[in-house]
Parts: sequence; C-alpha cells; structure tokens
Amino acid sequence: MTSLDQNAVRPLTGGLRPRNGSVEKAQGRMGLIFVSAYTLFLVVFGILPSLYAVYLAFTKKGAFVGIDNFIKVFKDYRFLPAVEHVGVFLIVWLVGLVFFVVLLALVVHSIGIRWLSSSMRFLYYIPGALAGASSVMLWLFVLDPTVSPVGFILQAFGITSLVSAVQADRLPLVLAVIAFWTGAGGWIVVMYGALNNISKDVIEAARVDGAGPVRIAWSIQIPLMRKWIAYMVVLSFAGGTQLFVEPRVLSQASRGVVSQDYSLNQLAFLYAFKQSDFNGSAAISLLLLVVAVVLSVVFVFRGGLFERA
Amino acid sequence: MKLKHTLVALSALMAASPALAAEGEITIWADATRQPAVEAFQADHPEIKVNLVVDDGSSGASGTFQTKIGLADQAGEGWPDVVFSTQNNDAAWASKEINGVQPFAQVLNEGFLDQAFLDGFTPGALDPVTIDGKVYGLRNDLAPVLFWYNKTLLEQFGYEAPKTWEAYQALGDKLAAEHPGYFLGAIGDSFEGPYVYYWSGQAPIFQVEGEKFKSDTSHPDAAKVSALIDHMVANKTLTLDSLFGASFVASADKLVAIPGAAWYAGALFQNPGGVNAKAGDWVAAEPLYWEGKDKVTGNVGGGVWYASSHTASPEAVKTFLQYIVSNEKTAGTGGLPAYKAAADAWLEAQASSGFYAGDFKAAISTAAASVWNGWGYPNFSPETAWAKVITPGLAAGKTMADLSAEWQQEMKNEAQVVGYTVD
Repeated sequence: MTSLDQNAVRPLTGGLRPRNGSVEKAQGRMGLIFVSAYTLFLVVFGILPSLYAVYLAFTKKGAFVGIDNFIKVFKDYRFLPAVEHVGVFLIVWLVGLVFFVVLLALVVHSIGIRWLSSSMRFLYYIPGALAGASSVMLWLFVLDPTVSPVGFILQAFGITSLVSAVQADRLPLVLAVIAFWTGAGGWIVVMYGALNNISKDVIEAARVDGAGPVRIAWSIQIPLMRKWIAYMVVLSFAGGTQLFVEPRVLSQASRGVVSQDYSLNQLAFLYAFKQSDFNGSAAISLLLLVVAVVLSVVFVFRGGLFERA
Repeated sequence: MKLKHTLVALSALMAASPALAAEGEITIWADATRQPAVEAFQADHPEIKVNLVVDDGSSGASGTFQTKIGLADQAGEGWPDVVFSTQNNDAAWASKEINGVQPFAQVLNEGFLDQAFLDGFTPGALDPVTIDGKVYGLRNDLAPVLFWYNKTLLEQFGYEAPKTWEAYQALGDKLAAEHPGYFLGAIGDSFEGPYVYYWSGQAPIFQVEGEKFKSDTSHPDAAKVSALIDHMVANKTLTLDSLFGASFVASADKLVAIPGAAWYAGALFQNPGGVNAKAGDWVAAEPLYWEGKDKVTGNVGGGVWYASSHTASPEAVKTFLQYIVSNEKTAGTGGLPAYKAAADAWLEAQASSGFYAGDFKAAISTAAASVWNGWGYPNFSPETAWAKVITPGLAAGKTMADLSAEWQQEMKNEAQVVGYTVD
C-alpha cells in the first residue's frame, strides 16, 4: 500500500470503524447462533437433569434427608466392587489409550507416502463410526472361541468359552480393548491434526541438530501435543467413569456372568429400575459427576487446556 | 374328563362373549418365542389392533419388564396393556404400589376375568402369581422338570434308565468309564442349577416366609445336590455349555439323558437348532427323585402374561388373555399349556404324533402335579447370583462345595437389597 492510498482512505476510516464493529458484532451474533443450539441441548439434557439429580439425591419422597441416600449407597455391598471395577478399567484403558494413540499418531504422521497415510487414518476411524452397543455385539463374536475368527488366539491364552473370556480378572482388559477399538481411531485423527500443527521449522531445526525420530517425538512432538492429550484424557475419563453399555450388553450375552452391577452406572440403573429407588440412583450419579468434574479440572489446568498459545 | 374341561373352557369363552366383540388397540410386550402366538391372535381378531413390542421376555432375570415399567411409572405414561415375562416372580413387585404409582399388574380374579375361566387352569398353575388370594397373571405354560432320555442310545449301551438321582449319578460313572464323551445334562445356563437340580432335589436354598428370605446351601438336602453336580462335572457327564450355545449343539448327538423342563420338548428336542432329535429316540420320563424322599420335582419358568392396571382397553385385554392361554393351536408356545383344556389337547397331539417314545402324557402329568412347593417367588431370581458366582467359578475349575457359601451370601445380599430380611 502506498501512502497515497492511506491518505485516500483516511477520511473513510471514521466511517469504517463502526463497520468493523458491526463485522465483529455479526460474527459474535453468528457465534451465539451456533452455540445456542448446543446450549439449549446442554440445558435440557445436561444441566436440568443434573439439577434434578441433585434434588433427588438429597431427598426421599420429597423430604430433605441430608446425606442419607449417600450413606445407603456407600453401605451397599455392590458399591465398592463397582468402584474397583471402574477404577481398574479406567487405569488400564487410559494408560493404553494415551500410549497407543500417541504412538500410532506419530507412526502415521511419519509415513511419507500420502495415500498410505490417509488410508491408515481412514481405517483407524471406521470402528468409531459404529455405535457403542453394536460394536460390543461384534466383539461378542470375536470373544466367543466357538465362533470367533481369531478363536485360535483365544485358545492359545487358554480361553475355551465366552464365559472364560469375560471372567472377572480379564474383564477390565476386555472392556479396555473394546473401548480402545471403538474410540481410539477418532483420537488418532485428532492427534494427527495436532502433529500437523507443529511448525516444520522446529522439526527441521532439531533434525539439523542431529535428533532422530524418537528424540524428535519425545522432546518436541509429544510436549507440543500436551494439550490435546490432556483434552483426550479429560473426555475419555468422563466417558469411562460412565461405563455402562459394554458391561450391560456383555451381561446379557454371557447370561449374567458379567454381573448386572459391574459398573457404577449399572448400579445406578439397578437402583432406579430394579429397586425403584431413584434417590439412591441419583446419589450414585452425583458421586460420578463430582469425581469426573474434580479430575477433569486437574487435567484441564495441568494440561494447560485454557492457556493461549 | 377331557370333555368336561373342554365344556368349561367353552362356557368360559361364551361367558366372555361380549369381550369377543371388543375393539380397541393394545400394546403387548413379549419375547420372540411368543411372537407366532400373538400373530395368530391378530389373524383371528382383526377387530383388535395389536402393537407387539418384541423384547427378551426378561429371560435370565434380566429385569427388562420391571425396568421398563419403572420408567413408565416415573414418566406417568407409556405403560403397555399386556406383558409377557419368562420369570415367575414378577408378581412380587408388580402387585405393589411403587413410589406412589398404582401396582402395575391388574388383579385378574375378583371380577376382571370370569372365575369359571380361571378355574380352567391346571390346579396350582397360578400359585406363583397369586398373592393373598389375588391372581396377578396368567401362566403361559407349565414347566415342571422331568427326566428326558435317549432310549436308542441307552439300549445300544445296555444301560437301564435311572429313576433316582442316585442311579442317575451311577449312570454317569458308567458312561464316563465306558463311553467317554457322552453326557447326561448341562449346567451352563443360569436356570439349570437352581431349578433343575436344587429345586428338584428339594434343597431349601430359595425360600420366602412373609418378608423373610431364607437360603441354606449347607443343608444336607442342598449339600447332596452340590455333591451330585461336583461329581458329574468332574467326570464330564455334566457339561458347562449353555443349552443354546454352539458347542452344546455341536455335541448334542452325544447327549444320552437330561433332567429338564417340559418345554425342552419344543425348545430343545424338536428344534432343528437344538438337539434336533429323531422321532422315536427320546422318552419323557417321570422326574428323578432321591431314594426314600418325597417324589417332588422342580420348575423352570413357564412364563406369565400380565395385564396392565393402566389399560384403556380392558375388554380387548380380556379377549387377548383368554385367547393366548387357551387357544389350542398356540397355547403353551411349544411347552405344556397351563390351561387344562389346551394342555390336554397338546398332550394328545404330542402322544399321537409318536415323536416321543414311552408314556409322554403320564410322565408330564405326573411331573406337573408334583412341583415342590417349598421354593419361593421373591422379587429377585436365584439366576443372577448363580451366573455371577457359580458359572464363572465352575468354568475356572472350582466346585459347588467351594462356591456354595459365596452363592448363598450373594442371594442373601440380593434379598436384602430388595427389602427382605435375612438371617
């Protein structure tokens, strides 16, 4: 731009400013419209039910009962085993998720052949397109040695029936594998995007300094992916504590060997619909909410999710 | 005798004739096994619009029925008009007011259905659904446990058919020694252990007195059953496979005998996806007894039809209920109908088809009349505890002796959770 142009424009700037403002306003309005649908659903299906749960958890037949519902839940013989089940599952799954997702994303990102890299990402993503329950159905066949296409692998591990495949000590692993299979693909694609965001100059500089692919991954790529990893952990943790569909379907398919009270959410379900005790059910749900929120806050701040780059 | 029952049934139908003209729309929840019978009703009663919702019939004590009613109660709408459940213990909750909502199950005697019609059921058939004289459901079929054996195989091996549990165990020993691979039953589903073995063996492990639940797996009568199971699992004459699983079906030609419910007739032996028996091979014999003990047997389900107390079309519901339990073509849905006239017709048809050798009718009638009444129908099932503790335990190589204390504790815990007192 020449100075002449600027001079020519100057008289107009007074008139432009409001226009700039209105662009911002228009964008803001657009943003509000985009967010409004989400907010509406959040209020109707998230916040209002949560408030209703808070009300239910501290009352019984409409009367305030303090923490009685919580005490009853804590004393339930199924509560601690369910906490343990969910806890072990979360550890196995989250550790596996972080490790394999990061590893696979790095591997796919380092593949130079374009069609191979993109078809790999597509392949990873496919299982994620299946809804939770239907992917468990698929795994029922995989896990039953009598009909499984990989029955020989199961047999090699001494698994001769579906019952032994879903035995209590194997279950966290089985559930983690199912959850990984359905959920990890999407995260690999997200991580791939994160890797693309890392400036090529930085990588180039490291390479010039003599860093190999492992060193680059460890010292540059992974630290720069921290936010995305934290994001994945927060969402996966929230989802994982709500473990329900997988054990529920496995329970029906294994004719109850995977018990109906395996996870906390299942226990909440039994409270509501087997014992007709919606107050106890709400108490469990509220506990889950508190735990998920507290741990999410930790990950959000530790992971620097709200820091501006 | 048969004529009399037919007349009773006919008069019941005549008395209900205004209902035959009933129009309306009814929603029915039932499992896939019941679907053909419901469709037969639709064909015979086009004036009633039926919405059939197929579910699992709460099999394996999955609790589908109670879950969905709980949801409807909470929502204040969405109740079906008729529900089928494979479980016998739903009346325990369906007869009670829950969270201020009226009991789901309609009381069927005291004027809803004619007493003359209700009297047409086999004596005792409605016991599991009768509480304080009020009848809350209609039994679809009776499921007494009898003893099924393959006559051809036994003759080929030169063995006698056992009449007692002791002889059954001894037959297992001979079979294991002389014909390994052949077997005498299965214990891989959650119903066989509790109902076929413990209930038939008169084991006091699932009893209700008022609001009190009692279970004693260490009682001598229970310990005997546990020992029998352990013995026969050890020599592999009892398989840990599910009756409906692929590996059982694959080895079904090696099944020599099996104690089991009347409905095994259709669901197992005459099922191409099950044992797929050859006509004339199998005998339905009287139930096995312990030597010197009462001649009693167990019972495996025999589903129940419930009417909703919320229904807007009671006349259509009445028409449906009467049809579904008494229509001779479909009543019993493959098993022994609970309605006497339909049962007689079914037994007659089975006997005249010649599919089963021996006196099929006598064996089933004896079994139906000798179900041990010491077993309870609380608001939970022994099957969930069995599946949780015993099935994985046995698969991991443990025995009933190892597991029965834990099983008892699990049942007591479940009882407590749903409000029973325990010792």
